[in-house]
Amino acid sequence: MSLLEIKNLCIEYPSRHGVHHAITSLTLNIERGEIVGVVGESGAGKSTIGNAVIDLLSPPGIISSGEIYLNGEKISGLNNKEMRKIRGSKIGFIFQDPMTSLNPLFTIEKQLTETILANLDVTKEEAYTRSISLLEQVGISEPKLRIKQYPHQFSGGMRQRVVIAIALSAEPELIIADEPTTALDVSIQDQILTLIRNLCIDKNVGCMLVTHDMGVVSNITDKIAVMYKGELVEFGNTKEVLDNPAHDYTRSLISAVPRSDVKQHRFPLVSYIEDAEPLPELDIKTHWLGQSETQREYNGALLNVDNISLRFLTKDSFFASRREYVQASNQVSFHIKEGETFGLVGESGSGKSTIARIIAGLYTPDEGNITFEGINLSALKSESERRPFRRQMQMIFQNPYTSMNPRMKIFNIIAEPIRFHKLAASEAQVRQIVHDLLDHVGLGRLAGLKYPHEFSGGQRQRVSIARALATRPRLLICDEPTSALDVSVQAQILNLLKDLQEELNLTMLFISHDLPVIRQMCDRVGVMQKGTLLEVAETEQLFNQPAHPYSQHLISLMPVFKGLKINQK
Amino acid sequence: MLTFLGQRLIQALIVMFVISLVAFAIQDNLGDPLREMVGQSVSLAERQALRDEMGLNDPYLTKYSRFIVNALHGDLGTSYFLKKPVLDIILDKLQATLELVFGAALIILFVSIPLGVYSAIHPKSISTKIIMTLSSLGISVPVFLTAIMLMYIFSIELNWLPSYGRGDTINVWGWETGFLTKDGLLHLILPCISLASIMLPLFIRLVRSEMLEALGSEYVKFATAKGLSLQKIYYQHALKNTMLPVITVGGVQIGTMIAYTILTETVFQWPGTGFLFLDAINRVDTPVITAYVIFVGLIFVVTNTFVDLLYGLINPTVDITGKGA
Repeated sequence: MSLLEIKNLCIEYPSRHGVHHAITSLTLNIERGEIVGVVGESGAGKSTIGNAVIDLLSPPGIISSGEIYLNGEKISGLNNKEMRKIRGSKIGFIFQDPMTSLNPLFTIEKQLTETILANLDVTKEEAYTRSISLLEQVGISEPKLRIKQYPHQFSGGMRQRVVIAIALSAEPELIIADEPTTALDVSIQDQILTLIRNLCIDKNVGCMLVTHDMGVVSNITDKIAVMYKGELVEFGNTKEVLDNPAHDYTRSLISAVPRSDVKQHRFPLVSYIEDAEPLPELDIKTHWLGQSETQREYNGALLNVDNISLRFLTKDSFFASRREYVQASNQVSFHIKEGETFGLVGESGSGKSTIARIIAGLYTPDEGNITFEGINLSALKSESERRPFRRQMQMIFQNPYTSMNPRMKIFNIIAEPIRFHKLAASEAQVRQIVHDLLDHVGLGRLAGLKYPHEFSGGQRQRVSIARALATRPRLLICDEPTSALDVSVQAQILNLLKDLQEELNLTMLFISHDLPVIRQMCDRVGVMQKGTLLEVAETEQLFNQPAHPYSQHLISLMPVFKGLKINQK
Repeated sequence: MLTFLGQRLIQALIVMFVISLVAFAIQDNLGDPLREMVGQSVSLAERQALRDEMGLNDPYLTKYSRFIVNALHGDLGTSYFLKKPVLDIILDKLQATLELVFGAALIILFVSIPLGVYSAIHPKSISTKIIMTLSSLGISVPVFLTAIMLMYIFSIELNWLPSYGRGDTINVWGWETGFLTKDGLLHLILPCISLASIMLPLFIRLVRSEMLEALGSEYVKFATAKGLSLQKIYYQHALKNTMLPVITVGGVQIGTMIAYTILTETVFQWPGTGFLFLDAINRVDTPVITAYVIFVGLIFVVTNTFVDLLYGLINPTVDITGKGA
């Protein structure tokens, strides 16, 4: 008898526009002590399965047919009161974002003990002792002190440990972890996954691990379930599935994963996923995009970052001596050559984005100079002097959902920088340029008539790229351009960036916390920690022989995605 | 904490200074106080002499600086009509107004939170629809109409409740209160309901929307997944988060309620500051008007500071000791 049995499960979301079938006829088993990875695109129904198991489907979702059994007992269709006895005590749930899944107004103690008291028959003192030992188990030091604190006093990784402690507090038999490490840094991800893995083995607990990270799946799961458009297209032993994927989609998904071991020129086989139309050919040499007005002779590095330091005030005080600062960047120096992709890698809070913003002129550094083509930007006084350089440097932001004005049509979003910098002779030319750009990033000119919310995350990021290209920039600053996207979409966007770079001889500053992505994209890489640039090296050299101990540490933690035969074809 | 209070004090001083300038500036434009003070028989020369004596003919700056110096010594002037220090008059009338506002605030608190929470938990029930319809109706009905309707139904037709005044009061440590006598309480009911009726619909809607937001949050979903009972999820996890914005808005609105009791007090002949202010305007009793305007400004500054302190106590992520970001 399996721990969890899902039989012919169908989940529907009825709406005015008809019924959306989120899950169609899903059959899946999870055994004790086993980790089953559920992978797929966003919207493929991965999270829906977990939510259905503990009856937390967001309305109006309903289970239209099929059954769910836990230890042979049917748990689908239970009423609220009976379901509550299962939640927490039989099934523990770990959510994706540790920043929002804890109540900000209650102490950790309150949130832990209330769970224990609700699910187990113990006294308050026993619940407290148990909470302390749980916090110790998940690796939180000084639990007696920290249990009195509020969630905001914990870092992201520590909060996720607290969430795991809460999920485990009543000794559940099954853990459902919905993207438990997506919001976390690579080193913390490693710790959290090891923790889950050990708990499953030690306590003989089954685990459903929903994730889009194939590296994670290949490292810690026993079995893998591949979801595509609400259907389970493949289910089996992780190694077998990854070595010999049977379904086209699985193959496509695997090939889209940025490889951490070898640098590839492009991501192969990604076309299966989003029906990207073939790009209409543009002759860059004669097209507007290829003609830059301020091309001048200069032989040095395109961008020089020289001893940049910036600190932010974290605690204000009337007395200067009692003010506290965080050093966001500390004497950072590097240069980027024309046509090169320079990567910055580091954990969150290491100051990568701060550097990007200083270069783009969004922050003013406390000391140091930014030199673009031999001209010191820090010395420029007025906005009108700076404007030509703003035009030549464009940013692509991390979150395609918030970096566009939701009330503007795509056409105007892209046309705005052209009009602002007066780059086109007439409105007719503006229209022509925007249409060409939309065609070129694979969206088609009709996309210009729509609003941002009508597009998926990947499509929006294409709009961001088109907008950045609209000023004919020479330096593109990409701040985590794909970390909000699915792997397959990420592969397409990265391919697009690579193609554009080759065509237009763009220079790129590429910021990411994702080491495999960095390896695929960059020529040289700088490693940052706590605002300091530790090491700059050629990409291959950094990955093969990292010099700095911190780089070695980071690279050793990188989830390595093994066993991909099709990529070698 | 001390830094915070220090900053607040400086801000308050600036605000009070600006208010005093404005309040004093309107004095000259309200009409001639002498026309109300003296009879027809007083001759023009005598009036002029009286003006000089009262200092009404001095230039604005002289009058203003004299006023500020006196005000800093605790003397806001003397009412032309009542011939008593303005400060004493306002403090005397304030007790009635504060009791009225207190009663109204209690009604708002004990009606809006349960109704708002109920309508958020059961968004599709008939009762919710009735509550929401009534609350949009309530927003659009002006307070004097509510007051007159209440008076007509409960005082004139049914004859259950008194229609004007404070009724019997007893003096407790210098405070005249109507809360401790049956007659005083009966007199409080209708004015309090009228005053509450302005803010009540707003608060029901505020509590509802904040509660809905809290119920949709991840931590509520996580709390459900932990196996907690619905009572705990609703009344601990969601409600506490709901109360944060309600406190912020509530604090500002309490200031507004104290300041704008004028309509309610007039309809019910309630002997409070609002009624006093209206009388003062009719009589061109400028010292009272100026003092009242300054006094209302003070109430706003004090309630807002108090609300910020309270907010910092409830929300652990807000640190009023001056930590940024």
